[in-house]
Amino acid sequence: MTSMEASPAFVRADESCPGKRGLLRASDVTKSFGPTVALHGGELCVSAGEIVAVMGPSGSGKSTLLHCLAGVLLPDQGLVEYDGQRLDAMSDAERSRLRRTDFGFVYQFGQLVPELTAVENTALPLLLERRRRREAVAVAQAWLETFGLAGLEKRRPGELSGGEAQRVAVARALVTDPRVIFADEPTGSLDSAAGVAVLDEFTGAVRSRGVAVVLVTHDARVAAYAERTVLVRDGMVTSPDTARTVRAS
Amino acid sequence: MSLKFELLGLIRDRASHGYEVKTRYDELLDPTRLVQAPQVYSTLKRLERDGLVRVAQVDQESGPERRTFEITGEGERELDEWLWGPVEPEPRLHTVLYTKVVLALLAGRSVEQMLDVQREAHLGRMRELTGLRQSGDTARAVLAEYALFHLEADLRWLEFTAARVDDIQVELNRHVNSARRLS
Ligand SMILES: Nc1ncnc2c1ncn2[C@@H]1O[C@H](COP(=O)(O)OP(=O)(O)O)[C@@H](O)[C@H]1O
Ligand SMILES: [Mg+2]
Repeated sequence: MTSMEASPAFVRADESCPGKRGLLRASDVTKSFGPTVALHGGELCVSAGEIVAVMGPSGSGKSTLLHCLAGVLLPDQGLVEYDGQRLDAMSDAERSRLRRTDFGFVYQFGQLVPELTAVENTALPLLLERRRRREAVAVAQAWLETFGLAGLEKRRPGELSGGEAQRVAVARALVTDPRVIFADEPTGSLDSAAGVAVLDEFTGAVRSRGVAVVLVTHDARVAAYAERTVLVRDGMVTSPDTARTVRAS
Repeated sequence: MSLKFELLGLIRDRASHGYEVKTRYDELLDPTRLVQAPQVYSTLKRLERDGLVRVAQVDQESGPERRTFEITGEGERELDEWLWGPVEPEPRLHTVLYTKVVLALLAGRSVEQMLDVQREAHLGRMRELTGLRQSGDTARAVLAEYALFHLEADLRWLEFTAARVDDIQVELNRHVNSARRLS
């Protein structure tokens, strides 16, 4: 196979954000776990309010890229900038503060605290920020209503359906009014109809608020909600030239 | 595409003249308005000729006469046979995409890149359909879903094939070599 030859059909992913100052930018990010190179020269640029899908086979480095972008992992090489600040130049405390105030997270599994009710789970990021409990609960309540969960506030995760639990997780990601949401296979554990409903509500909410989303998925139907898609394959990020044309038009 | 059963179904529901059939067809069955009026009128003519519909009434107040069509017994029989029987499952053998894969391999070119370009084209269409599905009514959403499911299936096939390109290459080499030995 001659797949390594340079092809004009592909550009480095960060070049696919021309002329725009990215809100979030990864440049030449490399990350290894022991001998495994999980991500190699990863490039990604996300503009404010933009939904970018990250697709690729299992084990290709999608979650590693997402964690580097979110400052959960520090890359071995390269840098990640958020709003003009280098994440690696921050202290651990500053990075976790940033994750609580500016970022939201939605994962596939086990992200709700089983002992807490739906409204407490949703309010958790606000409570960690030491907001008043009454106020935090009121905001959480409003988000649960937005996602059609009014009446289920007192239920614990074990008493919710998969789709309901996922909507609680999405509400929680939005509760702090973040500027970026990192979603890793957000509908991975759902059947298709429930997944579609959650995604419709989620993308509607982020679009109306101008929240940027990094949406990791292996599902093309999920990626189709994004304005563009980058591919990760064997730890390398590529972005088809055609994606740039689509977005520029 | 033949409009035979679509028009029979609409006329059985309500005896109509040509323009009305076309309007109801657009509204109920074809939100993307791909079918032109002449196609509807020529199909109606054929249905009348074949005895599946007949003229129930002719009006002429001013201008051209308007003929109202109704379904015949034979028309109902054929419609029911089609409606309650299975639709032939489409084989969807991807002949174009598969042909391109083989020809790219024979040319010694990167199939992965070819598949990536195709994936992006599919994703582009899926983005449009996702927008259409979100903005439209349920009937339209259901139609968009149909296309989305099929495009998704294409993409799965692309992934499946991309993962097996090397094996296909080996098989092709074997074919090419044995063909050389024979000649
Ligand atoms: N914490 C870790 N320790 C060791 N290896 C890891 C760790 N996280 C990821 N990897 C490895 O890095 C590679 C990329 O993983 P990941 O980013 O999770 O891929 P994806 O999300 O695309 O499935 C895989 O080979 C995986 O096994
Ligand atoms: Mg992952």
